[in-house]
Amino acid sequence: MYDFELVKPSTLQEAVAALKDDEAQALGGGQTLLPTMKARLAMAGKMVALSGVAEIKGICTDDAGRICIGGATTHATVAREATGFPALASLAARIGDPAVRNRGTIGGSLANNDPSACYPAGALAANAVIVTPDREIAADDYFQGMFETALDEGEIITEVKFPVPEAAAYEKFIQPASRFPLVAVFVAKFSDGVRVAVTGASSDGVFRWAEAEAALSSDFSAEAVSGLSAPDAGGMISDLHGDGAYRAHLVKVMTARAVKAAH
Amino acid sequence: MAKVTMTVNGKTRTAEAEGRTLLVEWLREGLRLTGTHVGCDTSQCGACVVHVDGEAVKACTALAQELDGAEVTTIEGMANADGSLGVVQQAFQDYHGLQCGFCTPGMVMSAAALLKENPKPTEAEVRHYLEGNICRCTGYHNIVKAVMAASGQDVAPVAAE
Ligand SMILES: Cc1cc2nc3c(=O)[nH]c(=O)nc-3n(C[C@H](O)[C@H](O)[C@H](O)COP(=O)(O)OP(=O)(O)OC[C@H]3O[C@@H](n4cnc5c(N)ncnc54)[C@H](O)[C@@H]3O)c2cc1C
Ligand code: FES
Ligand code: FES
Repeated sequence: MYDFELVKPSTLQEAVAALKDDEAQALGGGQTLLPTMKARLAMAGKMVALSGVAEIKGICTDDAGRICIGGATTHATVAREATGFPALASLAARIGDPAVRNRGTIGGSLANNDPSACYPAGALAANAVIVTPDREIAADDYFQGMFETALDEGEIITEVKFPVPEAAAYEKFIQPASRFPLVAVFVAKFSDGVRVAVTGASSDGVFRWAEAEAALSSDFSAEAVSGLSAPDAGGMISDLHGDGAYRAHLVKVMTARAVKAAH
Repeated sequence: MAKVTMTVNGKTRTAEAEGRTLLVEWLREGLRLTGTHVGCDTSQCGACVVHVDGEAVKACTALAQELDGAEVTTIEGMANADGSLGVVQQAFQDYHGLQCGFCTPGMVMSAAALLKENPKPTEAEVRHYLEGNICRCTGYHNIVKAVMAASGQDVAPVAAE
């Protein structure tokens, strides 16, 4: 790892000011960034640690009943405390392993937008709002392809607001070596329709499976999914862990399981 | 370089750290506490697990400067005051939960973190909690037995092989 200067702001204002520097990069829990820097696939002149910024940590419920999670909140905290949205707490409880969950943060996961990450599926299915110091971004506009998001250079996630579905579940088919999903599906049923978000499958990153959403909005049952053909395997990730057709098949299987598990 | 001070195994310790110095480097090279191991470059093996402010953390994936002021427990802090093995360590010895011993510091620290959260875990809970600790030698069953034994539970029903 190349050396850098570490700064540890204790307020959001100081963090935003420190990130104005062209050389600066935000450090969440470091569970993705530090291994990447060790491999010298990333470097920064200045790292701005968000872990000391108390105002962007923790969980609360807003007037609209949404679960609001500070951008620097760890996966372990969400797993323990997001009791108002059990499917999301369960997603957080299955990320990586306990030590990863004790450091890794929701802001870091959504900013990174790994095509196999868990939180992007939860945020997209629940139609979450991603909050930064200057604006609010709807999940539908936020995810822009593998490792690409609507965030500008140096813009940080301060909060994520999740509307709570009537019923929801996250089904993760684990890739045991990395402990990331090989394919995972988050299903969220709202009064005005069902949203289905898929991670781990597409080379464009997390996506909504429109056909399943339409079928499940009129009949919320696993049988409604079995009537569908699997999504097009053409754009699916193909690697030594599974080819595109296998992943496409898994999308369907995991969607049906999520519908069964939803409560 | 900056001076970093933490409470390590109950004692105030200070050593220098660059911005990039990892907690595990600070412990091993700064304090010569070489019980904490490094088994990978990719944050995947768990050999380096220590407790930071009471929680299991991969010391290879945390920065020393960021943790200035923290309270850290390493494998060197797990023995009893008279030098005899702590409960988890003793159980690893009794149930042959180690062969080469390379993964053992991380296993013991993860197991201790689990037992603090969940004093009587089921076998499935032990296996789930230890997912981030890789062992090349034991095949895991004896490790799981050791953790069940350390929690005061019967190990007879644990899978034999
Ligand atoms: C062994 C292992 C297993 C894992 N398994 C899973 C898994 O199953 N599922 C899963 O989803 N993930 C998994 N992860 C990744 C983990 O969830 C990371 O915590 C997460 O991807 C990044 O969060 P972080 O806080 O550690 O961010 P960092 O590593 O600190 O940062 C990642 C990126 O986000 C930026 N960033 C950080 N915080 C913010 C913020 N608040 N606003 C804007 N930008 C920010 C950084 O600049 C960097 O570009 C795993 C990681 C490991 C090491
Ligand atoms: S050395 Fe492998 S996870 Fe830390
Ligand atoms: S005992 Fe050798 S790696 Fe676990």
